[in-house]
Amino acid sequence: MLTWKTLLLQDSASPLMEQLSFFHDHTLMILVIITVLVGQLMIMLFFNQFIHRYLLEGQIIEIIWTILPAITLIFIAIPSLRLIYILDEINNPMITIKTIGHQWYWSYEYTDFKNIEFDSYMIPMNEMKNFNFRLLDVDNRIVIPYESQIRMLITAADVIHSWTIPSLGVKIDATPGRLNQISFSINRTGLFYGQCSEICGANHSFMPIVIESISPNYFIKWISKMIEI
Amino acid sequence: MPLAAAALKLEDLKTAPFDPRFPNTNQTRYCYQSYVDYHRCQKIRGQNYAPCDYFKKVFHSICPNAWVERWDQQREDGTFPGNI
Repeated sequence: MLTWKTLLLQDSASPLMEQLSFFHDHTLMILVIITVLVGQLMIMLFFNQFIHRYLLEGQIIEIIWTILPAITLIFIAIPSLRLIYILDEINNPMITIKTIGHQWYWSYEYTDFKNIEFDSYMIPMNEMKNFNFRLLDVDNRIVIPYESQIRMLITAADVIHSWTIPSLGVKIDATPGRLNQISFSINRTGLFYGQCSEICGANHSFMPIVIESISPNYFIKWISKMIEI
Repeated sequence: MPLAAAALKLEDLKTAPFDPRFPNTNQTRYCYQSYVDYHRCQKIRGQNYAPCDYFKKVFHSICPNAWVERWDQQREDGTFPGNI
């Protein structure tokens, strides 16, 4: 979850987000090196008294500063492409969960066994308990077994929404009339928070997403309870 | 009912498999095709032909309930656009 002073990415809770974090750090390292190098060159050029007698027609240095950035870009492009294809990979999922974006709440459907449907509304401030997070907690969380492949199918009923859990590296648009699929698995138990990420109207800021990740055995118990209701 | 629910086991967790016809993010067609296939299968083979149930399981897993309800209504009214 995002708290105060979280300036960088959130802690990852899925293998994909782990890879994304590594890629972020790798790219940032290259960026810092380039910034320092260029900064140092500029400072040096500004603050010296030298006069360059052969300023023009420097073939060799031109070749070097054309080829070097190209090579640097390859070091960013190859891991980036690798990641893009890994993110698209669909492993055989264990359960399918459907998410439908509404103005302004999310509803969820588990229909692999029996038909389980529920809406997930934000808890308003006047009903909040002391342990609730303001603008982030919901009345019905999505319950998901950890270390299992989940297929998330996302659509919307009215306008475009976007379903996001940053610590799982998941963000996908909910488009009316279209079913979008994303698959992920969670490394550990816990609560994972996200918010609608596509401006969808007046209460866009007040339709958060909460995942409750539990062990598969407890998930079975939860499903059984939900079927009884 | 509670007895049946308690009998649910981890092995029972099964869902529609990956379908190589629909390898992309967009799964709209997987849902629609399974729905059409189920009803076409029932029309050809009759109501109690067990292999048809595969499509039923798939479209129940993939399709949002609202879509299925709307299509059921359209089939009843005879306005369903698909070829069943």
